[in-house]
Amino acid sequence: MDQNLSELARQIRSDIADEIFAAKSGHPGGSFSCVEILMALYFCGVANVDPQNPQWPERDRIVLSKGHAAPALYAVLANKGYFPRKDLTTLRKFGSYLQGHPDMKKVPGVDASTGSLGQGMSFSVGYALAGKRPGHHFNVYTITGDGESQEGIIWEAAMAAAHYHLDNLTVFLDHNRLQIDGPNEKVMNIEDIVAKYAAFNWETFVVDGHDIEAIVNACKAPRCGKPRFICCNTIKGKGVSFMENQVAWHGKAFNEEEYKIVKADLGV
Amino acid sequence: MAEFKPTRTAYGETLKKLGDTDPNVIVCDADLTQATMTKFFAAAHPDQFYNFGIAEANMMAASAGLAHCGYTVFASTFAVFGAGRAFEQVRNTICYTKANVKLGLSHAGLSVGEDGGSHQAIEDIALMRSLPNMIVLVPCDACEMEKAVYAAAKINGPVSLRTCRLATEIVTTPETPFEVGKAVVLREGKDAAIIACGIEVPEALHAAETLAAEGIQVRIVDMHTIKPLDEEAIRAAAKDCGAIVTAEEHTIYGGLGSAVAEVLADNSHVPFERIGIKDRFGQSGAPKLLAAEYGLDAAAIADAVRRVVARKA
Repeated sequence: MDQNLSELARQIRSDIADEIFAAKSGHPGGSFSCVEILMALYFCGVANVDPQNPQWPERDRIVLSKGHAAPALYAVLANKGYFPRKDLTTLRKFGSYLQGHPDMKKVPGVDASTGSLGQGMSFSVGYALAGKRPGHHFNVYTITGDGESQEGIIWEAAMAAAHYHLDNLTVFLDHNRLQIDGPNEKVMNIEDIVAKYAAFNWETFVVDGHDIEAIVNACKAPRCGKPRFICCNTIKGKGVSFMENQVAWHGKAFNEEEYKIVKADLGV
Repeated sequence: MAEFKPTRTAYGETLKKLGDTDPNVIVCDADLTQATMTKFFAAAHPDQFYNFGIAEANMMAASAGLAHCGYTVFASTFAVFGAGRAFEQVRNTICYTKANVKLGLSHAGLSVGEDGGSHQAIEDIALMRSLPNMIVLVPCDACEMEKAVYAAAKINGPVSLRTCRLATEIVTTPETPFEVGKAVVLREGKDAAIIACGIEVPEALHAAETLAAEGIQVRIVDMHTIKPLDEEAIRAAAKDCGAIVTAEEHTIYGGLGSAVAEVLADNSHVPFERIGIKDRFGQSGAPKLLAAEYGLDAAAIADAVRRVVARKA
């Protein structure tokens, strides 16, 4: 990975840790697993956005459908210049615009209020339909989770996206294989999810979800009239020794001691 | 001779007219264009119409996405699915984000008739009324529905419109005023007031005629906007008439009757009764027979008025 990008990835994970430590609650595991996906979009020329003009009508839309990874989105937006990094530690606090789950009415750069799983995907279908209407030509990028893929609305949206040939829509799966109650295959097996999207007539890709270049390449492949599904194989809690692949780190904050280890592991 | 027309037909015809002049209006449906009457719009403006298939939840959330790109979106389906099945999509993607989406909720109430209890929405008003940012309109006839659709299109935010399958009597005229949040007094009377919405308004007017022959003069308040509620009209009815009956084709829990009761409990204590469905589901049958069985017809309303008038001190 590009030296600057790996530095930035460390910085973003460190910011996420600061947010969650300050909030004393939040979802670190799934925030850490989707960092490179967000970085590919915001820092590698994939999404056409302008932090100085977050409401620009022709911007590409980025929807964090797995809204509980809000700390990751906020850290990326702050580092991109949408709002001051110092605000990150107001996460989840009374009066803060950084709500526990992304709120498009409050946070500059947040394109959809999410958190109720599956709905961001559907919201994105609406955006993608609008993006193809006369006078518009923007793209839509949506990050989903694997547990989230158990929601029926994901498949309603997948059907509609293929039906309307929404090749301006790219959906990422942050496939870290864990959800609150355990591994996907124990809670509710999503089986071969790439084959499922292919069966819904999507163009599919499988990449290492921590390889930014691979994600960017999949995003930049020529479009073929179909919505695009990029399965990103990731590690929950990526980058922190005691968090990686541990389901317990889905939704809890670090104590003082753990926080120190997180920072040491990240080398910041 | 009284004219009859379903409010859903007025909804569909008005959408088509809106589309004739406004390229920013988008209509969505979930495979019910023949029933919700969005078929008129779909035929006239195919480029402004999306059919989402039988997937109401996706339609609602996608409508929010469309609306946040500057469109005025009307999302139409049966009330039981739009308010019920897709409730949480309406909550989190439409109301929470204050999306410019209008819900056209058709086939509300028992007057759906033969399809039966599974399809007769009796709780949609309560559900929609509970949502912050949602404006709830229940027009009383086809004429008022047309005005309500135009008014909803002018509001930048969520609005729900309740329409019915049955052809019902047109009791207002193009000249009858219509303003969101402002009740209309369709008939004056000093002995009691009936506050009604939707297709219970024509029933209430018939009840008023029967009662007039008995010497009881009844004010008829057409409460087409359930939220924001015209509290002033309710207080005035209590003060001027001293007894109130509400009437709605909906469960007595959480709808118009409950909303009026909340205002009365805060302000005025007058004899009060609610006409509505009393904690039971609907069933198949001709609408007229169902209205009688469930105590929603003019005769039941008149009985309720006689009781509240008798209770007046």
